[in-house]
Parts: sequence; structure tokens; C-alpha cells
Amino acid sequence: MDSHMIRILLNGEAVEAAGLPPTTSLLTWLRTQRGLTGSKEGCAEGDCGACTVVVGELRGAAQALHLASVNACIQFLPALDGKAVFTVEYLRAQAGGALHPVQQAMVDCHGSQCGFCTPGFVMSLWDLYNDCAQRAARPAAAELRSALTGNLCRCTGYRPILEAGERMFELPAVALERAAIRHALLALQREDVLDYRHAGRHFIAPRSVEALAALRAARPQAVLLAGCTDIGLWVNKQLRELDDILYLGRIEALHTLAEHDGWLHIGAAVTLTEAFAALSRAWPELAELWERFASPPVRNAGTLGGNIANGSPIGDSMPALIALGARIVLRSVRGARELALEDFYLDYMKKDLAADEFVDTLRVPLRQAALAAAPQDPQAAPPPAASAPGELHFRSWKLSKRFDSDISAVCAAFAIRVRDGLIAEARVAFGGMAATPRRAPRTEAALTGQPWDAATLARARAALAADYTPLDDLRASAAYRQRAAANLLQRFHLETRPEAPLPAQQTRTFAGVADDREAIR
Amino acid sequence: MNTPSSAPPPGQPLAHESAHLHVAGEASYVDDLRELAGTAHAALGLSERAHARILALDLEAVLATPGVIGVLTAADIPGVNDCGAIVHDEPILAAGEVLYVGQPVFAVIADSHDTARRAARKARIDYAPLPAVLDARAARRQQACVLPPLHRVRGEPAARLAAAPHRLAGQWAVGGQEHFYLEGQVAYAAPREDGCIKLWSSTQHPSELQHALARMLKLAANQVAVETRRMGGGFGGKESQAAPFACVAALAAWKFRRPVKLRPDRDDDFTITGKRHDVHYDFEAGFDDDGRILALRADMTLRAGFSADLSGPVATRALCHVDNAYYLADVDIHAYLARTNTQSNTAFRGFGGPQGALLIEYVIDSIARTLGRDPLEVRRANFYGGPGRDTTPYGQTVADNVIHELVAELEADSDYHARRREIAAFNAASPVLKKGLALTPVKFGISFNLTHLNQAGALVHVYTDGSVLVNHGGTEMGQGVNTKVCQVVAHALGVPPASVRATATDTSKVANTSATAASTGADLNGKAAEQAAMQIRQRLAEFAAARHGGAAAEVRFADGVVAIGATTLPFAALVQQAYTARVQLWSDGFYATPGLHWDAATLSGHPFHYFAYGAAVSEVLVDTLTGEWRLLRADLLHDAGNSINPAIDRGQIEGAFIQGMGWLTSEELVWSADGRLLTHAPSTYKIPAVHDCPPDFCTRLFHNPNRADTILRSKAVGEPPLLLAFSVWFAIRDAIAASGDGRSLPPLRAPATPEAILDAVEAVRAELPA
Repeated sequence: MDSHMIRILLNGEAVEAAGLPPTTSLLTWLRTQRGLTGSKEGCAEGDCGACTVVVGELRGAAQALHLASVNACIQFLPALDGKAVFTVEYLRAQAGGALHPVQQAMVDCHGSQCGFCTPGFVMSLWDLYNDCAQRAARPAAAELRSALTGNLCRCTGYRPILEAGERMFELPAVALERAAIRHALLALQREDVLDYRHAGRHFIAPRSVEALAALRAARPQAVLLAGCTDIGLWVNKQLRELDDILYLGRIEALHTLAEHDGWLHIGAAVTLTEAFAALSRAWPELAELWERFASPPVRNAGTLGGNIANGSPIGDSMPALIALGARIVLRSVRGARELALEDFYLDYMKKDLAADEFVDTLRVPLRQAALAAAPQDPQAAPPPAASAPGELHFRSWKLSKRFDSDISAVCAAFAIRVRDGLIAEARVAFGGMAATPRRAPRTEAALTGQPWDAATLARARAALAADYTPLDDLRASAAYRQRAAANLLQRFHLETRPEAPLPAQQTRTFAGVADDREAIR
Repeated sequence: MNTPSSAPPPGQPLAHESAHLHVAGEASYVDDLRELAGTAHAALGLSERAHARILALDLEAVLATPGVIGVLTAADIPGVNDCGAIVHDEPILAAGEVLYVGQPVFAVIADSHDTARRAARKARIDYAPLPAVLDARAARRQQACVLPPLHRVRGEPAARLAAAPHRLAGQWAVGGQEHFYLEGQVAYAAPREDGCIKLWSSTQHPSELQHALARMLKLAANQVAVETRRMGGGFGGKESQAAPFACVAALAAWKFRRPVKLRPDRDDDFTITGKRHDVHYDFEAGFDDDGRILALRADMTLRAGFSADLSGPVATRALCHVDNAYYLADVDIHAYLARTNTQSNTAFRGFGGPQGALLIEYVIDSIARTLGRDPLEVRRANFYGGPGRDTTPYGQTVADNVIHELVAELEADSDYHARRREIAAFNAASPVLKKGLALTPVKFGISFNLTHLNQAGALVHVYTDGSVLVNHGGTEMGQGVNTKVCQVVAHALGVPPASVRATATDTSKVANTSATAASTGADLNGKAAEQAAMQIRQRLAEFAAARHGGAAAEVRFADGVVAIGATTLPFAALVQQAYTARVQLWSDGFYATPGLHWDAATLSGHPFHYFAYGAAVSEVLVDTLTGEWRLLRADLLHDAGNSINPAIDRGQIEGAFIQGMGWLTSEELVWSADGRLLTHAPSTYKIPAVHDCPPDFCTRLFHNPNRADTILRSKAVGEPPLLLAFSVWFAIRDAIAASGDGRSLPPLRAPATPEAILDAVEAVRAELPA
């Protein structure tokens, strides 16, 4: 059988692609095969945003059009099959040859100097513009900033670009023809399973978990691909040659995002953007972490399942999820099994994951269920809601050199339940402090059963020093990690102690930045 | 002579000449040029050792890779294997010995960018290790330097120090900085007839590349043409260091007789190229009860890296800016250029000036804290003044000093004193978070220190339809030099700016250009273009007077209309008439900055045409538990003279401020113990992002038409405002001091990362009585 053709709605026109390695990036294809050189390569790792494009796809039973900015440099071309791609070149065409309001606002506000990052900013703003148009709303200042955290500019200092983000709504509007795009996308959908081949390598996009399990069992060397925000770097940075690729993005069941039985169920293909939105509804304390976790284009492509399955010691989602008592469901042809998330991580980049298994679902307790022992069987009775009265306190914070889109030196999560003046339960987890994201058993022991006072804090701080032996690296020294981790515990105490707790405005320099988080995607 | 009205007009805030292209993705950078048929792609193979002899270079596996066309080593170079900017100590491809991790050793030419990159990793290089020196101070102890030290003494610093009522001595250091131009280095070369080479390069210095290519290929300069339309950022990083990439692309094009492009990926770019010089300081100051400095001994060790590159002039500028805005009567300044087995450090916005000035600000801040005074008081006590307090350590009189007025204006506009009181009250009530405030001034010398570089040429063409084309020796890197030059030409010819277009910089149009550097782009090229335009204007005026009556001096050119007495006609109509009458409608222009001299032996003279001034107030919030911090508000007041384009100048000021803030806070370069740069991509090296732009950010231009005869009385604005960011670092130090008793000297490092801040907080708190 010949390879399937990759079919993409590129700037409104259905085009096909073939004859390229499956790991060819969207950016390389745009620039070298399509002559669309407006999108730039600044870093080839999704950190600068010069390659930002907007991808449209049909979601859910309603096949609704969903648009989101992504980094074209770390998207494998076959993953775009059946999707729409909009590049900066589309905007003038959309505006009938004139500059689109986003572009005109950038000109009016002097938002470009050298111009190299500009197309990326324009596309991030265009994504925001279209989203706001659909909601008939203007973005809050915080939402505008948040939309630009994935774009680096070395010339302007950002102020004029932020002004352009407001100015663009003051110009005559240009509407996106969503219905026409949706219609064109519907025509592009395939009924069969994409099997794209080049030079003996397959890129297969199964449509069910059963099919994925079978493929996984048959091809244990294959790479499981979801958002491509890490695997893209294997290719771009490490120049790795990948085996066959099994793409999770086409499996509807893995896009499940649902609350029931006291748990939030997050399928492995749910993007970080959607997962954090759901998580933050359940746990508003995660707002600041969400804001600091990567950037919109990375969160729009990357998945929470991928972040967890990758198992990096500096992954920022795991400490919070472990502290909340999240559980992970693994699947294979042999069936499904569930384990506590912390038990999934065995050692540096080693997981309790068999060669034929994949991450199916993450289950995160909703507020009333947190800290309670979870049932082994996901189908079993709900956790004992409201049976654990007392006050629940939860925080998760990261520390890094930069607020936006930086890898943490330390990422902390604390969850305690205070009942009758004593800490009834405590779960403390850290990233950046050990070879895996890990709980702090001595610290938890020092907290449990104690009053949440200064003496307990002092004992817990001392215990924390014994829980971890962090390393020196380019992000921070071991000594800083150790001290800052203890100081975060102190911050947690200051904010949650029974006596005169301090508001975030008195404990955090960036308090309030993510306050409008509900409005921020 | 027919001239525009004597008073320069206020500048127009026109959009960048390429803004409409930038936003549409239609502005072409080198990698965007439609490739010529047969284009091949090069990748570099890099040294993996900090210092070693190459025993064997095995490229068999590289050559065997499908798609590989060939390889290049030093042995392929027909001429001189060197691309050093001033001192010829920088091989294009290492021959025999490698001097740092990342040094280019060979190149692969292949049918695609990806194939070339992958093939380059297949080389096997056998090394015999040699001792490597990675630390600048260790190099200095071993007397390893790339150039002789610089030393400037004025007065009797030793005696005055000994006699001073107070003395403060210390050591300190500031880190380097990666340019992080968004567009990486890139060069594209194509062979042309008769052995000629055409090069498209992202470079600030096309002429230097022309010379380097000619030397390497044993060609005459007239056989090499270098073109630069625009760069996606330069910041000094594409002044000398575009050369190795240009040379390899050209060598490959020459050897394989086909077009070759070389675009290193971001990691290779970081690993190969030099950065801002990090500096270690050793200082001693004597001062009186008011904090006025009586004598200063300043010793700077700059890390030059493995070769000289531009380190000599960088050190000279550092030495010439240790005074910043302050009169220093008796001084002893040393600058030492350490040779280390690391990247060769190079030009970076400010070119050593920021490193020199940062020292005196540190000294003054420390003096103020020692005396328990507001640092602003001590700064003011030391400002340059009138006669007796107006000569720099290198002997130039500061004739255009406005720092007193400028700082007074900013002090009032920013509510400095009220906020100082509010912050003290906030800090008294806030156990975890502390605020800090600082006002720092800037005085920055404009011109190349090396006098002969202060020249420029331009060509202006007026076509018969009245449209105007200008070409000049400056390069566009986002700073808006083309926009300003177009505005200058439009003003000179009395036509709308929209009818003037600037073209790519090209060595075959204007010859022997200087680098677009030292903030001089608009100053020099604007003057040259103005002169060219004025010659055309004069010819047109003479023609108009002869044709329509009246005197040539009376002919007026404005808004695209020419007025000769009562007769008016469109500029294009006059041009058409003049063409038919065989009047030359194009002209060259040339400019050499007057009055400059510099004696490199004594490090004295009059190196600068004038000084640019500025000041900034920054307010920060510091978390004493984690070292995290945030810039809450910044107020900038900067002297751009009579600004040609206030919008572009504001962009330069704000951009430089944020970039300088990155240097002093989040941007940290880290090398491994074996000399490998560990921070080599945006994932590991953190330039400011959008949340680092303060929520309250006020920038204003200080009204101050240049007293020197500059283009439309404007002032250069590219580099000086970078120094405004000092205020951020000193505000952080101020906040840290507030976490103690307010009297200590927080031992804050630069860059002030959260870890550096937490260390300083803990040091300050450790001094408190238990």
C-alpha cells in the first residue's frame, strides 16, 4: 500500500504533502516546501515563538472548530493531517490585501523593530483577536500579557506590543470566516486511519484506545506522540532518528475531560491548556502555576498526559498532582491498571510502564476527595466525600530565573488538612529536588498530627533538609534549592497558618498577575 | 547655497520603513531569500575540547552520509585562514589546535540543512588535551592576555587615596551577556563570473566581510560584493562575528562552484560566538563626608576569550566610561584583557561602556550606604559640573553637560522623594516582601574611539518621476537607521518621507564603510545622505532659478512642492524639467565627524563628538524568602537631542532598558568545568519576557537639541539607554538592604538571579544582631 497523503487546509486552501520524513516539522515544510517564509525559526525548541502559527481542528461530537496557536518548529507535519494551518501570510489575504487590524495595530504602535519575532507576535495576537471576537469580549490586561508569554522580543521591551494588543480592537474589525473553515475542514476528514510512510517509517494515527493498544503491543519500539512539545526537541536538538510514530491525537476517548464520582478524569490527549482550565476550576490555587507553566503555544499543543508520561524530574505538573493524590490509569492489550501517580516514577526517567503500555487517563481528586485514600478500581465507589471535615490548604509554586516560560529550579506542592487545630493529613511533593518528582516523607511526618504553628514549621523545615539531596546545575545550586524549598514551606505556613495568615499580596511578588486566570486560556 | 530653514524641525514619529513588511511576514531576511538553483547547505563541526591539539580528523563517516557534497577544512583555504577583526589571531577553521569548546573545525556541505547538521555529528576527532584556562582571573595570574593592558592615570590617586577621610575598597563582578538576536547568524554565498563572490549576510559590517572573504580567497576586494538588507537583530553580535559564517559559506561556494548557505542552529550560534565581556572589578575609592569621591583606583579584568576580536576597543570604551556622569579628579584605571579558552567576547550594545560605568555606580551606591545617605544625594554630589569639574579622566572637556537638569526633572516627575518615604513605610510593615528604589544617571560618549572609523558615505538618486532612492553605508538591524535617513533625505529635498526609499546596504554601492556600531549609524550616514541630497537640491535650485527666474538661494522645497518666487510646481515636475535639461539628479555624499582625536598610547584626547545623557528611576519588589523579584515601575528620561523620530527613539530607549535589565538580572551564562557552555538556547538562557515589562512604564525624551552640529541636532540613541537599566539592579540592592538594618552593603552579584538575591538577603540578615 502506498503512503497516505497528508491533507492540510493551509491558509484556507486544501493541500497535500508526501515524500518527506514523518519528523519533518511544520515550520520546515512551510518555509522550504510551500515558500511561506513569514514564519521564522528562532530556536527550534518552542521557546521563542518566532514560528507561531494557528492550527484549527474539529473537536468533539459537534465537530466544532477549535483554533489555537502552536509552535510550528516542533510540530511533526503528519500530525496536522485533517487540520487547518494559518500562517502570517493569511492575514492580509483575509483582510482583502490590506493589513489585518492586528497587523495595523502593530504598525501604529511601533511594535516591530528588527521584525524577526514580529510574525510570531502577530499570530499570537491574531489567535487572541479571533477568540475575543467569538466571545464578543476584549481581553483583560492580564489575559493579553498571558497570550504573549510564548513570544520573545529582543528589541522593543514589549510595551508597544502590549499597546498593539489593545489597539487592535479599536480598528475596524475583520471577522474570521469560521463556518467556511469548518466546512472545508469537514471535507478534509478521513474515515480511515492515517498511515503515513516514508523511507520505511510509519506515522499512524489510530482512532481508538483498543487500536492503539494493539499497535503498541505490535510495535514496542514505536514512539507515542501527543503534543510533540518534547519529542519535537528530540529531533531538532538531539537529531535523534525516531522509529515508527503512533499518534494519540485522533483518539476521541483520550480527549475525555470529565468530572464524575468526585474525580476529574483527564484523558492522555487533553492539552495542557484544557487540562489546566479544568484543574484550576477545581483548584484555583493552581492559577499562578498555570500561568508560569510553559506558554500558550506549548500548552495548546502539549498534553498533561505527555508531561506526566515523560516523567522529567523538573516537570511542573507532577508535584501538585502528587500532593493532591492524583492517580494514573495505564492501558495495554492486557487491560488497564491504576496506580498512585507518585508510584509511577521509579528513578531518573524510569517509570512503572511496560513496553506495551501507555498512559490512558489521569484522575485528579476534586476538592472534597483530596487527600483521601483513592480506590484501586476507577469504576469503584466514589471517595469518601465530606467524610474528612477540616480545612484543606493547598498551594503549588515554582521558582525560576524568569517568571514566564522557564524551567523551574524548584517546584513545590503542599496539601494539608487541618482538623481540630491539628494537621490531620499532609502531602508534600517537590520537583527539581531529586531524580524524580517525589514526596517528602520526613516532612510529611513532621507535619502530621501537629498544630500548624511556628514550632511545627521549624521541625518540618529541618525534616525537609533530610528528604532531598538536590544537585547543582545551571538553574540553581543545591544550596539554593534546599533553602528555597524550605522557604516555600515557610511561605505556605505564612499563607495558611491559623493565626494571622498573610494574603498573597504580602508573600508573593507576582501576586495578582494571574488573578484574572479564569479569563485566560 | 540653498538650504532648509536653519532650525531643525521637530521629529516625526513615523513607522519603521519596514513595519508593514514585518507584520505581514513579507520582510526578507537572508534565510527567506528564494534559493538559487543548486543551493547547498553547510553545517559546522565544532571543537569538543577547551584546549587541545588535533591528532586526527576523521571525516569518512561524514562524507559517506547520503546527500553530503563535500567537506571543508583549514587545508581548503587558498589564502589566509583568518577572520580576526583587528588582530589576525582567529582562524576560520581550526588548524592543528583548538582553543575553546565550540570552535569551528570543519564544515559539511550537503543537499539540505538537515543532512548537513546530521552529517556534521558523525566526525571523529582525536584530541591531545592541553591545559585550558577558563577563568579570567586565573588567566591574568598567568599573564595570559590577548592584548597589552590599558592603564590611565590622572593626578595623584595614590596620595589622594591615602589622605582621604574615608576609604572603601572591594571586589565585584558582572557577568557576560548573549546577544540573542532573534535571527541567528546566517550567510549565503554564490559564485559569480570571473572568480567573483556575492554574499548575502546578516551583518553589521559588510565591508569587513568583503575584506575577510578577499583575504581568504586571495581575491581583490572588487571581486567580492556583500549585501545586507536587514538583520533580525544585531546588538553588536553581528559586527565582527558574522565573519566566520560568511567565510565558510563563501569558501564552500568557491570550492564547490554553487550557492551555499550557512545557518547555524541556535545552540551552535550560542556555542560558537562571543558575548558581552564579563568583568571582574577591584577598586578603592577615597571620599569625603558628603560622599564626594576624592580619588579612585579601578582595576577591570575583562574576559576576552580565545582571541582579541574587538576586545581592545571594548576595553578602551570601558575605561572611558568609568566616570559615567561623575567628575573623578584623581584616578588610576587599569583594564586587563584576559585570554581564556572560551568564546571570543565581542561588541555588545554599549561596547564596554556599561561595564565601565557600572563600576562607578556600584562604588557610589556603596559609599552612600556606608555614609547612611540616599544614594541620589551622593550621585549628585559627584556629578560633572562647571570649570574645574568638567574634564574626563581621558582629558576631554564635558561641554554639553545636562545631567543636573535632567535628573532634577526626572526626580520631580517620578515623585522620587515621596515614593522613597512610601517605600520605607511599606518595608516597615512588610516582613517578607521588600521594596527598593533607585535613580541612576547615564552619560555616554558618542563616536568610535578610533577616529578614522568616524566616516560614512551615501548615494541619493532622484528619478524622473520624483521618487527618491537612498543607499548608505549603515546597516538596518531594527534600530531604524533607514527610517531616519529617509526622513533626513525627505527633509533635505522637501518631499514627503513616503517618496523616499532606502535600499539594501551593498559594498558595491558605497565603499569602505564602517561597522554600524557605536550608536553612530544615523549620525554618520544621516549626515552623508543629507550632504548628497543637498547637492541635488542645490542643482535643482540653480536650475529652477535659471528656468523660472529669481535666485537659487530663494527657491523653496517643501511638501513635494517647489516654490520659485510666485511660481510653484510639483517636485516631480521640476525634476522632469531638470532631467531634460541634463542636470545630474543623483549624488554621493560623504561625512567625517570633525574635531576628533585620540592618542591610544596615552589613552587621552577628544574621542567623542558629544555626550548623550539620561536617567532612570526603578522600583522593585523583592521576595526575601525566594529571591524572586518584580519590576513594578520604571520612569525613563533620555536625551536624544532633537529627535529625528521620537517613536523610534522611544523604542530604542525602552528596548535597551529591558535588554540591560536582562543582563543584570535573569541572563546568566554558565559553563561546565570543562569549558562547555551550558546555557545555549532560550530554554536555558532567559532573556526578559512579557511579564518582565513593568506594569507602570513611563518613557520621555529630554528636550535638548544637540549643541554639536549633528544631523538635525539629534543624538545617537542605540546604546546609551542600556545603562538606564542600572537603576533596576540598584533598586534590587536597595530592597535587599531594607531586609536588614538599611546600613549594610548587600553583597549582591550581577546578574541578580533569585539565587543571588537570596544569598544577599541572607548575608544582610546574618549581620543583624540575633
